[in-house]
Amino acid sequence: MEEVILRTEGLTKHYGGVHALENANFELRMGEHVAIMGDNGAGKSTFVRQITGVEQRTSGKVIFGGQEVHFKGPLDARQAGIETVFQNLALADDLDVPSNLFLGREKIWLNLGPFSILDFKGMRAATEKALLRTAVKIPNLGNSIRKMSGGQRQCVAIARTATFASKLIIMDEPTAALGVQETTQVENIIRTLKANGEPLIIISHNMRQVFDLADRIVVFRRGRIVANLLKHETSGEDVVAYITGAKTGAEYADAA
Amino acid sequence: MAQATHGVGGLKYDASKRARPAELNVFVALLLITAVFEILGRLVIGDSFLFNTRENVVGLFNQQRLEVIILQVSIVGIIAIGVTQVIITGGIDLSSGSIVGATAMIAMSFAQVAIVNGNPNPKAIFPELGWLDLPVIVPILVGMGCGLIAGLINGSLIAYTRIPPFIATLGMMVAARGMSRWWSTGNPISFPTESYAAIGKGLMPVVIFITLAILFQLIMSYTKYGRHCYAIGSNEEAARISGIKVEHHKVLVYVIAGVLASVAALVLSSKNLTAQAGMGVMYELDAIAMTVIGGASLAGGRGSIIGTVIGALIFGVIISGFTFLKLDAYYQEMVKGVIIVGAVVLDQWRQRRQAIGG
Repeated sequence: MEEVILRTEGLTKHYGGVHALENANFELRMGEHVAIMGDNGAGKSTFVRQITGVEQRTSGKVIFGGQEVHFKGPLDARQAGIETVFQNLALADDLDVPSNLFLGREKIWLNLGPFSILDFKGMRAATEKALLRTAVKIPNLGNSIRKMSGGQRQCVAIARTATFASKLIIMDEPTAALGVQETTQVENIIRTLKANGEPLIIISHNMRQVFDLADRIVVFRRGRIVANLLKHETSGEDVVAYITGAKTGAEYADAA
Repeated sequence: MAQATHGVGGLKYDASKRARPAELNVFVALLLITAVFEILGRLVIGDSFLFNTRENVVGLFNQQRLEVIILQVSIVGIIAIGVTQVIITGGIDLSSGSIVGATAMIAMSFAQVAIVNGNPNPKAIFPELGWLDLPVIVPILVGMGCGLIAGLINGSLIAYTRIPPFIATLGMMVAARGMSRWWSTGNPISFPTESYAAIGKGLMPVVIFITLAILFQLIMSYTKYGRHCYAIGSNEEAARISGIKVEHHKVLVYVIAGVLASVAALVLSSKNLTAQAGMGVMYELDAIAMTVIGGASLAGGRGSIIGTVIGALIFGVIISGFTFLKLDAYYQEMVKGVIIVGAVVLDQWRQRRQAIGG
């Protein structure tokens, strides 16, 4: 049995009277890539927000790396090793690639408090290494992100998560706004991460993509997990049936 | 960052994909404007704007004019160094001119001599306390302290109560001006000590301006502080998620802007040998204009100290040019207005073009 990196037990989130997430039990093992699917408002993003500390859960447990965690904010989660690629790309448009990769955790050459002098060479070298690892292609690292295509920007955002020896990477619809070629590029990065044995949770609406990239598919419907399917034991129609509510997993019968 | 030259992932470095520094455009504008005055000068009044035409003076250039061009923008230029940092973080500082007024009044009152022409100083502010003939460090520290406190109030209001920088610094602008009038009930303060008068003597304002400009250009380019300024102006939410202490940083930026405004006040009052409640009126707008002309974006994230220095020089050239052409001061103001609006229009246009992907 592989080691479990992330487990949630009875994870629940209510917004006032709205039950956005109800009793979610979820498990992710080392090196595993899991896709989360579901209709809009099914609770996918809510689920991720509870794990990454963007919001505080109503009840339930999050166990990360064998310990129960209570992240007060995304920064806490990041320090613990959970890197998230947000839907709205948390990049600074006017900075170049290395500055974005190291935003908020710059390499320092000479420590002078807030006026610490930066180690540009070190950051450049680390950036090149990270981009090679994720096979991202960028013509000039010194240009500001603003001048790059959506795909390149997304790649930079993903490379950033992969740079910092993260234990878990979460991507919320990483290719939703991208063209065909750019989507391929991002998918290639995800495959590289898989080859490197890095665990990943990906939220996606793209059935082909999910079947291409994930080992396991977890389906959310109306705030509940309704199916937990191994990729090679299921089909696209099956997954659609679970998403729309035509079917519900036997072990989740009480949820429907 | 300038040495970043090659690509990764099998892509060759493409020189055409390298961005042209915005400062270059501003510098070309400076040269063009100077050339216009040179040509107009030769055509209209038959004299050279830049070059030496007098036979009893040596040198290729008109030394005196060059000195005046930079001297007259040095003091506002010092303010603009701070304003540039504020604008890069996506803020605005309308209070710098009033901070100049208040600081000049308060600092000068700690820099007065005891004896004027053999009599006790008639304008002394603190005669009964004997606070006269103090060492120059006292008014300098008091002055910079004023700037620091004003900046601290600006920054804390903006960072922690989340009111827009425009409103917070507008409040400070009005309040600090009131402070400068209240301090000596509207009377000018004069008779500074010799050491205080030395701060802004001769070309000292230029020396201070250029030294501070170089220092802050280095800080903006090579330190964490500089990187975070650009990051916050570029995408504040991203900066916050990345773990940058956005609130602390904003306070620091406004404190630095306040202290630089107070340095400008020390230089100005020293140079004029007097402090008046109306000092520095409109300086904030000139400083903002220099910054914007220098290529900074009011939306934040872009700009540089070098650009602002060139922007200040453009200001200096225009003012000197109008005097040189013997045109009335009214025209100067009108043209300055046009240039400020023109620079912002240019900035908008640049942004739109970039948004399209040009």
